[in-house]
Amino acid sequence: MEPLTQRSKTVSDKKMTFAEKLYLPAILGGMRITFGHLFKKKTTIQFPEAKRPFAGVYRGRHVLKRDEAGRERCTACGLCAVACPAEAITMVAAERKPGEEGLYREEKYAAVYEINMLRCIFCGDCEEACPKEAIFLTDRLVASEYQRKPFIYGKELLVEPADPEKRIDVSERQTPEVLAFKKDRQHKHNN
Amino acid sequence: MIRLTIDNIAVTVEEGTTILQAARKIGGKVVPPAMCYYSKLKGSGGKCRTCLVKVVQSSAKDPRPMPKLVASCSTPAQDGMVVQNITSPEVVEARKGIVEFLLLNHPLDCPVCDQAGECDLQDLSYGHGTEITATEEYRREFPVTDIGDLIQLHMNRCILCYRCVYTAEQLTDQRVHGVLYRGDTAEIGTFIAQNIDNDFSGNMIDVCPVGALTDKTFRFKSRVWFLRPMDAYRDCRVCKGKAVIWMAGDEIYRVTARKDRFGEVEDFICNECRFDHKHPEDWVVEGPRSIKRESVISANHYLQKEDPGVIDPIKGTIT
Repeated sequence: MEPLTQRSKTVSDKKMTFAEKLYLPAILGGMRITFGHLFKKKTTIQFPEAKRPFAGVYRGRHVLKRDEAGRERCTACGLCAVACPAEAITMVAAERKPGEEGLYREEKYAAVYEINMLRCIFCGDCEEACPKEAIFLTDRLVASEYQRKPFIYGKELLVEPADPEKRIDVSERQTPEVLAFKKDRQHKHNN
Repeated sequence: MIRLTIDNIAVTVEEGTTILQAARKIGGKVVPPAMCYYSKLKGSGGKCRTCLVKVVQSSAKDPRPMPKLVASCSTPAQDGMVVQNITSPEVVEARKGIVEFLLLNHPLDCPVCDQAGECDLQDLSYGHGTEITATEEYRREFPVTDIGDLIQLHMNRCILCYRCVYTAEQLTDQRVHGVLYRGDTAEIGTFIAQNIDNDFSGNMIDVCPVGALTDKTFRFKSRVWFLRPMDAYRDCRVCKGKAVIWMAGDEIYRVTARKDRFGEVEDFICNECRFDHKHPEDWVVEGPRSIKRESVISANHYLQKEDPGVIDPIKGTIT
Protein backbone atom coordinates (compact mmCIF):
# COMPACT_ATOMS: atom_id res chain seq x y z
CA MET A 1 0.00 0.00 0.00
CA GLU A 2 1.16 3.49 -0.81
CA PRO A 3 2.12 5.51 2.26
CA LEU A 4 -0.34 8.29 2.92
CA THR A 5 2.27 10.78 3.98
CA GLN A 6 6.00 11.15 3.56
CA ARG A 7 6.46 11.12 7.31
CA SER A 8 5.26 7.55 7.84
CA LYS A 9 7.87 5.15 9.21
CA THR A 10 8.11 1.46 8.77
CA VAL A 11 7.94 -0.48 12.05
CA SER A 12 10.52 -3.15 12.59
CA ASP A 13 10.06 -5.97 15.09
CA LYS A 14 13.71 -6.75 15.56
CA LYS A 15 14.59 -8.58 18.79
CA MET A 16 16.02 -6.47 21.64
CA THR A 17 19.54 -7.24 22.83
CA PHE A 18 20.19 -8.37 26.43
CA ALA A 19 21.33 -4.90 27.52
CA GLU A 20 18.19 -3.39 26.07
CA LYS A 21 16.03 -5.97 27.76
CA LEU A 22 17.44 -4.96 31.14
CA TYR A 23 16.17 -1.34 30.61
CA LEU A 24 18.61 -0.19 33.30
CA PRO A 25 21.06 1.68 31.01
CA ALA A 26 18.15 3.60 29.50
CA ILE A 27 16.71 4.42 32.93
CA LEU A 28 20.11 5.60 34.18
CA GLY A 29 20.58 7.73 31.09
CA GLY A 30 17.21 9.38 31.71
CA MET A 31 17.99 9.90 35.38
CA ARG A 32 21.27 11.57 34.47
CA ILE A 33 19.42 14.18 32.46
CA THR A 34 16.80 14.69 35.19
CA PHE A 35 19.24 15.09 38.10
CA GLY A 36 21.61 17.08 35.95
CA HIS A 37 19.01 19.86 35.91
CA LEU A 38 19.18 20.09 39.70
CA PHE A 39 22.62 21.63 39.46
CA LYS A 40 21.91 23.97 36.59
CA LYS A 41 20.98 27.65 36.95
CA LYS A 42 17.23 28.00 37.57
CA THR A 43 15.19 29.45 34.76
CA THR A 44 12.30 30.43 37.04
CA ILE A 45 12.19 33.03 39.78
CA GLN A 46 10.17 33.21 43.00
CA PHE A 47 7.86 35.84 41.54
CA PRO A 48 6.32 37.96 44.27
CA GLU A 49 9.56 38.07 46.25
CA ALA A 50 11.93 38.29 43.31
CA LYS A 51 11.12 40.38 40.26
CA ARG A 52 12.71 40.49 36.86
CA PRO A 53 14.07 43.87 35.83
CA PHE A 54 12.15 45.55 33.03
CA ALA A 55 13.88 46.70 29.90
CA GLY A 56 14.43 50.44 29.93
CA VAL A 57 12.25 50.85 26.89
CA TYR A 58 9.45 48.58 28.14
CA ARG A 59 6.10 49.99 27.08
CA GLY A 60 3.77 49.82 30.04
CA ARG A 61 1.45 52.17 31.85
CA HIS A 62 1.56 55.79 30.70
CA VAL A 63 2.66 58.80 32.67
CA LEU A 64 1.93 62.47 32.06
CA LYS A 65 5.12 64.27 32.98
CA ARG A 66 5.56 67.55 34.78
CA ASP A 67 8.43 69.92 34.03
CA GLU A 68 11.17 70.93 36.45
CA ALA A 69 8.92 73.52 38.08
CA GLY A 70 6.18 70.97 38.62
CA ARG A 71 3.88 72.30 35.92
CA GLU A 72 1.97 69.88 33.71
CA ARG A 73 3.59 69.63 30.32
CA CYS A 74 0.50 68.45 28.41
CA THR A 75 -1.26 71.16 26.41
CA ALA A 76 -4.06 68.94 25.12
CA CYS A 77 -2.94 69.36 21.52
CA GLY A 78 -4.60 66.08 20.58
CA LEU A 79 -1.70 64.68 18.58
CA CYS A 80 -1.49 61.58 20.78
CA ALA A 81 -5.18 60.94 20.27
CA VAL A 82 -4.93 61.29 16.51
CA ALA A 83 -1.84 59.09 16.41
CA CYS A 84 -3.46 56.41 18.56
CA PRO A 85 -4.35 53.42 16.35
CA ALA A 86 -6.71 52.04 18.98
CA GLU A 87 -8.44 55.37 19.64
CA ALA A 88 -7.89 54.92 23.33
CA ILE A 89 -7.13 58.54 24.21
CA THR A 90 -9.70 61.28 24.71
CA MET A 91 -9.22 64.74 26.12
CA VAL A 92 -10.96 67.99 26.86
CA ALA A 93 -8.91 71.15 26.79
CA ALA A 94 -9.34 74.21 28.94
CA GLU A 95 -7.80 77.64 29.15
CA ARG A 96 -5.40 78.44 31.95
CA LYS A 97 -6.74 81.16 34.21
CA PRO A 98 -4.59 83.89 35.74
CA GLY A 99 -3.01 82.51 38.88
CA GLU A 100 -2.66 78.99 37.54
CA GLU A 101 0.72 79.60 35.92
CA GLY A 102 2.37 77.34 38.48
CA LEU A 103 0.12 74.43 37.58
CA TYR A 104 0.17 74.38 33.81
CA ARG A 105 3.01 75.09 31.46
CA GLU A 106 1.09 76.78 28.64
CA GLU A 107 -2.10 78.75 28.27
CA LYS A 108 -4.00 75.63 27.28
CA TYR A 109 -4.10 72.47 29.34
CA ALA A 110 -5.96 69.19 29.49
CA ALA A 111 -8.88 69.48 31.88
CA VAL A 112 -9.80 65.87 31.19
CA TYR A 113 -7.33 63.34 29.85
CA GLU A 114 -8.42 59.74 29.67
CA ILE A 115 -6.77 56.61 28.37
CA ASN A 116 -8.83 53.48 28.05
CA MET A 117 -6.34 50.83 29.08
CA LEU A 118 -8.53 48.09 27.62
CA ARG A 119 -8.30 49.68 24.20
CA CYS A 120 -4.65 50.67 24.47
CA ILE A 121 -2.27 48.35 22.65
CA PHE A 122 0.86 49.95 24.20
CA CYS A 123 2.42 50.72 20.84
CA GLY A 124 4.03 53.95 22.04
CA ASP A 125 2.76 56.06 19.14
CA CYS A 126 1.38 58.64 21.59
CA GLU A 127 4.83 59.03 23.09
CA GLU A 128 6.32 59.54 19.67
CA ALA A 129 3.65 62.00 18.56
CA CYS A 130 3.88 64.19 21.65
CA PRO A 131 5.51 67.54 20.79
CA LYS A 132 5.78 68.58 24.43
CA GLU A 133 7.44 65.48 25.88
CA ALA A 134 4.46 65.14 28.14
CA ILE A 135 3.40 61.53 27.71
CA PHE A 136 5.71 58.59 28.20
CA LEU A 137 5.17 54.90 28.56
CA THR A 138 6.83 53.48 31.64
CA ASP A 139 7.94 50.13 33.01
CA ARG A 140 4.93 50.01 35.34
CA LEU A 141 2.06 47.63 34.71
CA VAL A 142 -1.63 48.28 34.47
CA ALA A 143 -3.27 46.67 37.49
CA SER A 144 -5.99 44.11 36.88
CA GLU A 145 -9.54 44.96 37.84
CA TYR A 146 -12.89 43.23 38.11
CA GLN A 147 -14.86 45.93 36.32
CA ARG A 148 -14.34 47.73 33.02
CA LYS A 149 -14.81 51.23 34.39
CA PRO A 150 -11.59 51.47 36.42
CA PHE A 151 -9.56 50.75 33.29
CA ILE A 152 -10.37 54.22 32.00
CA TYR A 153 -7.46 56.05 33.56
CA GLY A 154 -8.03 59.73 34.23
CA LYS A 155 -5.57 62.44 35.09
CA GLU A 156 -5.38 61.40 38.75
CA LEU A 157 -3.76 58.13 37.66
CA LEU A 158 -1.75 59.43 34.74
CA VAL A 159 -0.15 62.66 35.92
CA GLU A 160 2.97 62.06 37.95
CA PRO A 161 3.17 63.45 41.49
CA ALA A 162 4.49 67.00 41.79
CA ASP A 163 6.78 65.95 44.64
CA PRO A 164 10.32 65.74 43.14
CA GLU A 165 11.00 62.62 45.19
CA LYS A 166 8.07 60.73 43.73
CA ARG A 167 8.57 61.63 40.06
CA ILE A 168 8.45 58.82 37.54
CA ASP A 169 11.86 58.33 35.98
CA VAL A 170 11.79 58.08 32.19
CA SER A 171 15.44 58.92 31.60
CA GLU A 172 16.14 55.44 30.25
CA ARG A 173 13.77 56.10 27.38
CA GLN A 174 15.76 59.14 26.30
CA THR A 175 18.75 58.04 24.28
CA PRO A 176 21.84 60.27 23.88
CA GLU A 177 20.54 61.17 20.42
CA VAL A 178 17.25 62.40 21.89
CA LEU A 179 19.01 64.46 24.54
CA ALA A 180 21.36 65.98 21.96
CA PHE A 181 18.37 66.81 19.77
CA LYS A 182 16.66 68.53 22.68
CA LYS A 183 19.64 70.79 23.28
CA ASP A 184 19.80 71.81 19.62
CA ARG A 185 18.54 75.38 19.46
CA GLN A 186 17.87 75.08 15.75
CA HIS A 187 14.88 72.96 16.55
CA LYS A 188 12.91 75.67 18.25
CA HIS A 189 10.03 73.46 19.26
CA ASN A 190 12.24 71.92 21.91
CA ASN A 191 11.91 74.82 24.30
CA MET B 1 -7.14 85.72 -25.28
CA ILE B 2 -3.49 85.09 -24.53
CA ARG B 3 -1.54 81.91 -24.40
CA LEU B 4 1.25 81.18 -21.93
CA THR B 5 3.19 78.19 -20.68
CA ILE B 6 3.56 77.37 -17.02
CA ASP B 7 5.87 74.48 -16.19
CA ASN B 8 5.63 73.29 -19.81
CA ILE B 9 1.82 73.23 -19.65
CA ALA B 10 0.13 75.58 -22.11
CA VAL B 11 -2.94 77.48 -20.98
CA THR B 12 -5.15 80.08 -22.64
CA VAL B 13 -6.49 82.84 -20.46
CA GLU B 14 -8.14 86.21 -20.84
CA GLU B 15 -6.09 89.36 -21.01
CA GLY B 16 -5.30 90.90 -17.64
CA THR B 17 -5.17 87.56 -15.83
CA THR B 18 -2.31 87.16 -13.41
CA ILE B 19 0.15 84.29 -13.68
CA LEU B 20 -1.25 82.83 -10.45
CA GLN B 21 -4.78 82.81 -11.80
CA ALA B 22 -3.58 81.15 -15.00
CA ALA B 23 -1.78 78.50 -12.92
CA ARG B 24 -4.94 77.94 -10.90
CA LYS B 25 -6.75 77.35 -14.16
CA ILE B 26 -4.35 74.47 -14.79
CA GLY B 27 -4.57 73.31 -11.20
CA GLY B 28 -2.52 70.62 -9.51
CA LYS B 29 1.05 71.03 -8.41
CA VAL B 30 1.95 73.92 -10.68
CA VAL B 31 -0.20 76.32 -8.63
CA PRO B 32 2.15 78.50 -6.56
CA PRO B 33 1.19 78.68 -2.90
CA ALA B 34 -0.18 82.03 -1.72
CA MET B 35 -0.34 83.33 1.81
CA CYS B 36 -1.57 86.88 1.24
CA TYR B 37 -3.28 86.81 -2.15
CA TYR B 38 -7.03 86.20 -2.05
CA SER B 39 -8.91 86.21 -5.32
CA LYS B 40 -12.08 87.50 -3.66
CA LEU B 41 -10.39 90.51 -2.12
CA LYS B 42 -9.43 93.36 -4.39
CA GLY B 43 -5.91 94.68 -3.92
CA SER B 44 -4.65 91.68 -1.96
CA GLY B 45 -1.38 90.02 -2.84
CA GLY B 46 2.21 90.99 -3.36
CA LYS B 47 3.16 90.95 0.30
CA CYS B 48 4.22 87.49 1.36
CA ARG B 49 6.30 86.56 -1.73
CA THR B 50 5.48 82.86 -1.45
CA CYS B 51 4.07 82.78 -4.97
CA LEU B 52 7.39 83.75 -6.60
CA VAL B 53 7.93 82.25 -10.04
CA LYS B 54 10.59 82.51 -12.70
CA VAL B 55 9.68 84.11 -16.01
CA VAL B 56 12.00 82.67 -18.64
CA GLN B 57 10.39 84.52 -21.51
CA SER B 58 8.46 87.72 -20.90
CA SER B 59 6.26 87.59 -23.99
CA ALA B 60 6.22 86.61 -27.64
CA LYS B 61 7.32 90.12 -28.66
CA ASP B 62 10.02 90.44 -26.02
CA PRO B 63 11.59 87.03 -25.41
CA ARG B 64 14.03 88.26 -22.76
CA PRO B 65 13.67 86.70 -19.31
CA MET B 66 12.60 88.85 -16.37
CA PRO B 67 15.68 89.76 -14.33
CA LYS B 68 14.34 88.59 -10.97
CA LEU B 69 11.76 86.17 -9.67
CA VAL B 70 8.33 87.78 -9.79
CA ALA B 71 5.31 87.51 -7.55
CA SER B 72 2.86 85.57 -9.69
CA CYS B 73 -0.19 86.94 -7.87
CA SER B 74 0.42 90.48 -9.11
CA THR B 75 2.20 89.94 -12.43
CA PRO B 76 -0.15 89.95 -15.42
CA ALA B 77 0.32 87.16 -17.93
CA GLN B 78 1.54 88.07 -21.42
CA ASP B 79 1.03 86.31 -24.69
CA GLY B 80 3.82 83.81 -25.28
CA MET B 81 5.07 84.02 -21.71
CA VAL B 82 7.07 81.06 -20.42
CA VAL B 83 6.87 80.60 -16.66
CA GLN B 84 8.67 78.13 -14.43
CA ASN B 85 7.38 77.26 -11.01
CA ILE B 86 8.25 73.84 -9.60
CA THR B 87 10.47 73.02 -12.58
CA SER B 88 12.89 75.77 -11.60
CA PRO B 89 15.29 74.91 -8.75
CA GLU B 90 15.80 78.63 -8.23
CA VAL B 91 12.13 79.09 -7.36
CA VAL B 92 12.11 76.10 -5.02
CA GLU B 93 15.17 77.45 -3.24
CA ALA B 94 13.74 80.97 -3.01
CA ARG B 95 10.50 79.65 -1.59
CA LYS B 96 12.42 77.83 1.10
CA GLY B 97 13.94 81.13 2.10
CA ILE B 98 10.54 82.86 2.05
CA VAL B 99 9.12 80.23 4.38
CA GLU B 100 12.04 80.78 6.71
CA PHE B 101 11.36 84.52 6.69
CA LEU B 102 7.67 83.99 7.41
CA LEU B 103 8.57 81.75 10.33
CA LEU B 104 11.17 84.15 11.73
CA ASN B 105 8.70 85.64 14.14
CA HIS B 106 5.98 83.02 14.02
CA PRO B 107 5.85 81.16 17.33
CA LEU B 108 5.88 77.38 17.27
CA ASP B 109 2.78 77.07 19.40
CA CYS B 110 0.87 74.80 17.02
CA PRO B 111 -0.04 72.46 19.92
CA VAL B 112 -1.90 75.37 21.51
CA CYS B 113 -3.15 77.08 18.36
CA ASP B 114 -6.73 76.45 17.24
CA GLN B 115 -5.77 76.82 13.58
CA ALA B 116 -3.48 73.78 13.65
CA GLY B 117 -4.62 71.20 11.15
CA GLU B 118 -6.10 73.73 8.74
CA CYS B 119 -3.32 76.31 8.82
CA ASP B 120 -1.92 77.55 5.50
CA LEU B 121 1.44 78.34 7.05
CA GLN B 122 1.68 74.84 8.51
CA ASP B 123 1.03 73.34 5.08
CA LEU B 124 3.44 75.74 3.46
CA SER B 125 6.31 75.09 5.83
CA TYR B 126 5.69 71.37 5.68
CA GLY B 127 5.63 71.37 1.90
CA HIS B 128 8.24 73.98 1.05
CA GLY B 129 10.23 74.81 4.16
CA THR B 130 13.20 73.32 5.92
CA GLU B 131 13.15 71.37 9.14
CA ILE B 132 15.51 73.64 11.01
CA THR B 133 15.82 77.36 11.47
CA ALA B 134 19.08 79.22 10.99
CA THR B 135 18.36 81.87 13.60
CA GLU B 136 18.62 81.74 17.35
CA GLU B 137 17.13 85.13 18.13
CA TYR B 138 14.01 85.49 20.20
CA ARG B 139 10.75 86.12 18.43
CA ARG B 140 8.82 89.35 18.77
CA GLU B 141 6.04 89.31 21.30
CA PHE B 142 3.05 91.54 21.71
CA PRO B 143 0.85 92.13 24.73
CA VAL B 144 -2.53 90.41 24.45
CA THR B 145 -5.21 92.78 23.20
CA ASP B 146 -8.94 92.24 23.28
CA ILE B 147 -10.73 93.07 20.04
CA GLY B 148 -14.19 91.82 20.93
CA ASP B 149 -16.25 88.92 22.23
CA LEU B 150 -16.22 86.89 19.05
CA ILE B 151 -12.73 87.10 17.63
CA GLN B 152 -9.49 86.35 19.42
CA LEU B 153 -6.39 88.15 18.18
CA HIS B 154 -2.99 86.52 18.66
CA MET B 155 -0.66 89.13 17.26
CA ASN B 156 2.41 86.91 17.81
CA ARG B 157 1.19 84.56 15.11
CA CYS B 158 0.35 87.22 12.53
CA ILE B 159 2.31 87.26 9.26
CA LEU B 160 0.88 90.63 8.18
CA CYS B 161 -0.84 89.42 5.04
CA TYR B 162 -3.43 92.23 5.23
CA ARG B 163 -6.23 89.84 4.25
CA CYS B 164 -8.34 90.73 7.29
CA VAL B 165 -7.89 94.42 6.58
CA TYR B 166 -9.15 94.01 3.01
CA THR B 167 -12.01 91.86 4.25
CA ALA B 168 -13.14 94.53 6.67
CA GLU B 169 -12.68 97.19 4.02
CA GLN B 170 -14.56 95.45 1.25
CA LEU B 171 -17.17 93.41 3.08
CA THR B 172 -18.28 95.73 5.82
CA ASP B 173 -19.41 99.33 5.77
CA GLN B 174 -16.77 100.47 8.24
CA ARG B 175 -13.37 99.17 9.06
CA VAL B 176 -12.20 99.73 12.61
CA HIS B 177 -8.92 97.84 12.53
CA GLY B 178 -5.79 98.00 10.47
CA VAL B 179 -2.05 97.56 10.58
CA LEU B 180 -0.41 99.99 12.98
CA TYR B 181 3.24 101.03 13.19
CA ARG B 182 6.03 99.89 10.91
CA GLY B 183 8.60 97.20 10.40
CA ASP B 184 9.18 94.79 13.23
CA THR B 185 6.64 96.54 15.45
CA ALA B 186 3.84 96.51 12.86
CA GLU B 187 0.74 94.98 14.32
CA ILE B 188 -2.95 94.43 13.68
CA GLY B 189 -5.00 96.56 15.99
CA THR B 190 -7.91 98.89 16.51
CA PHE B 191 -5.59 101.57 17.94
CA ILE B 192 -8.21 102.88 20.35
CA ALA B 193 -9.65 99.90 22.22
CA GLN B 194 -12.66 99.12 20.14
CA ASN B 195 -14.82 96.09 19.61
CA ILE B 196 -15.04 94.60 16.16
CA ASP B 197 -18.73 93.77 15.98
CA ASN B 198 -19.77 94.10 12.38
CA ASP B 199 -22.23 91.59 10.90
CA PHE B 200 -19.55 90.12 8.66
CA SER B 201 -16.51 90.51 10.90
CA GLY B 202 -16.34 86.76 11.49
CA ASN B 203 -15.06 86.24 7.97
CA MET B 204 -11.72 87.59 9.12
CA ILE B 205 -11.29 84.27 10.91
CA ASP B 206 -11.74 82.23 7.74
CA VAL B 207 -9.60 84.56 5.68
CA CYS B 208 -6.66 84.52 8.11
CA PRO B 209 -4.04 82.08 6.77
CA VAL B 210 -2.57 81.52 10.23
CA GLY B 211 -4.02 81.35 13.73
CA ALA B 212 -3.80 85.08 14.38
CA LEU B 213 -7.56 85.55 14.23
CA THR B 214 -9.52 82.67 15.71
CA ASP B 215 -13.07 82.00 16.80
CA LYS B 216 -13.46 82.93 20.46
CA THR B 217 -16.54 80.74 20.86
CA PHE B 218 -14.47 77.76 19.67
CA ARG B 219 -11.33 78.64 21.63
CA PHE B 220 -9.71 75.46 22.96
CA LYS B 221 -13.03 73.59 22.62
CA SER B 222 -11.66 70.85 20.43
CA ARG B 223 -9.14 70.16 17.72
CA VAL B 224 -10.29 70.31 14.11
CA TRP B 225 -9.39 66.68 13.45
CA PHE B 226 -11.71 65.44 16.19
CA LEU B 227 -14.69 67.05 14.45
CA ARG B 228 -16.75 66.00 11.47
CA PRO B 229 -17.20 68.77 8.92
CA MET B 230 -20.64 68.70 7.32
CA ASP B 231 -22.02 70.84 4.52
CA ALA B 232 -25.13 72.54 5.80
CA TYR B 233 -27.34 75.51 5.05
CA ARG B 234 -29.99 77.59 6.71
CA ASP B 235 -32.36 80.38 5.69
CA CYS B 236 -30.57 83.57 6.48
CA ARG B 237 -31.74 87.12 5.79
CA VAL B 238 -28.24 88.52 5.61
CA CYS B 239 -26.07 85.97 3.81
CA LYS B 240 -26.52 82.93 1.61
CA GLY B 241 -26.44 80.70 4.67
CA LYS B 242 -24.21 78.08 3.07
CA ALA B 243 -21.70 76.92 5.63
CA VAL B 244 -19.75 74.03 7.07
CA ILE B 245 -20.77 72.86 10.52
CA TRP B 246 -18.12 71.07 12.55
CA MET B 247 -19.76 68.41 14.66
CA ALA B 248 -18.85 65.91 17.31
CA GLY B 249 -21.76 63.63 18.05
CA ASP B 250 -24.89 65.80 17.86
CA GLU B 251 -23.13 68.90 18.99
CA ILE B 252 -22.04 71.71 16.68
CA TYR B 253 -18.68 73.02 17.83
CA ARG B 254 -18.25 75.73 15.25
CA VAL B 255 -19.49 77.03 11.94
CA THR B 256 -17.23 78.17 9.12
CA ALA B 257 -17.66 79.23 5.54
CA ARG B 258 -17.10 76.73 2.76
CA LYS B 259 -13.66 76.84 1.26
CA ASP B 260 -12.68 75.87 -2.25
CA ARG B 261 -9.63 73.81 -3.21
CA PHE B 262 -7.35 76.83 -2.99
CA GLY B 263 -8.47 77.47 0.58
CA GLU B 264 -10.57 80.48 -0.32
CA VAL B 265 -14.02 81.13 1.03
CA GLU B 266 -16.78 80.42 -1.51
CA ASP B 267 -19.52 82.50 0.11
CA PHE B 268 -18.89 84.80 3.01
CA ILE B 269 -21.27 84.09 5.89
CA CYS B 270 -22.67 86.43 8.48
CA ASN B 271 -21.89 86.46 12.17
CA GLU B 272 -25.37 85.24 13.05
CA CYS B 273 -24.83 82.01 11.11
CA ARG B 274 -21.31 81.66 12.42
CA PHE B 275 -21.68 82.36 16.09
CA ASP B 276 -25.34 82.20 17.10
CA HIS B 277 -26.68 79.04 15.52
CA LYS B 278 -25.00 76.10 17.16
CA HIS B 279 -28.03 73.90 17.50
CA PRO B 280 -28.34 71.02 15.02
CA GLU B 281 -32.00 71.91 14.41
CA ASP B 282 -31.00 75.28 12.99
CA TRP B 283 -29.25 73.67 10.05
CA VAL B 284 -30.21 71.46 7.14
CA VAL B 285 -27.33 69.04 6.66
CA GLU B 286 -26.43 68.25 3.06
CA GLY B 287 -23.83 65.64 3.87
CA PRO B 288 -20.26 65.18 4.96
CA ARG B 289 -17.78 67.56 3.43
CA SER B 290 -15.12 65.91 1.34
CA ILE B 291 -11.72 66.37 2.93
CA LYS B 292 -8.44 65.62 1.21
CA ARG B 293 -7.06 62.27 2.24
CA GLU B 294 -3.73 63.90 3.13
CA SER B 295 -5.36 66.26 5.60
CA VAL B 296 -5.17 65.47 9.29
CA ILE B 297 -8.87 66.31 9.48
CA SER B 298 -9.61 63.07 7.65
CA ALA B 299 -7.63 61.05 10.22
CA ASN B 300 -9.72 58.47 12.05
CA HIS B 301 -12.81 59.37 10.05
CA TYR B 302 -14.29 56.41 8.31
CA LEU B 303 -16.16 57.04 5.12
CA GLN B 304 -19.35 55.18 4.65
CA LYS B 305 -19.10 53.59 1.25
CA GLU B 306 -22.18 52.59 -0.64
CA ASP B 307 -22.88 48.88 -0.65
CA PRO B 308 -21.64 47.67 -4.05
CA GLY B 309 -24.15 44.78 -4.05
CA VAL B 310 -23.73 41.21 -5.17
CA ILE B 311 -23.90 40.00 -8.77
CA ASP B 312 -26.55 37.36 -9.26
CA PRO B 313 -24.70 34.49 -11.00
CA ILE B 314 -27.74 33.32 -12.99
CA LYS B 315 -29.45 36.54 -14.05
CA GLY B 316 -26.24 38.60 -14.16
CA THR B 317 -27.90 41.50 -12.37
CA ILE B 318 -26.70 43.30 -9.29
CA THR B 319 -28.88 42.87 -6.25
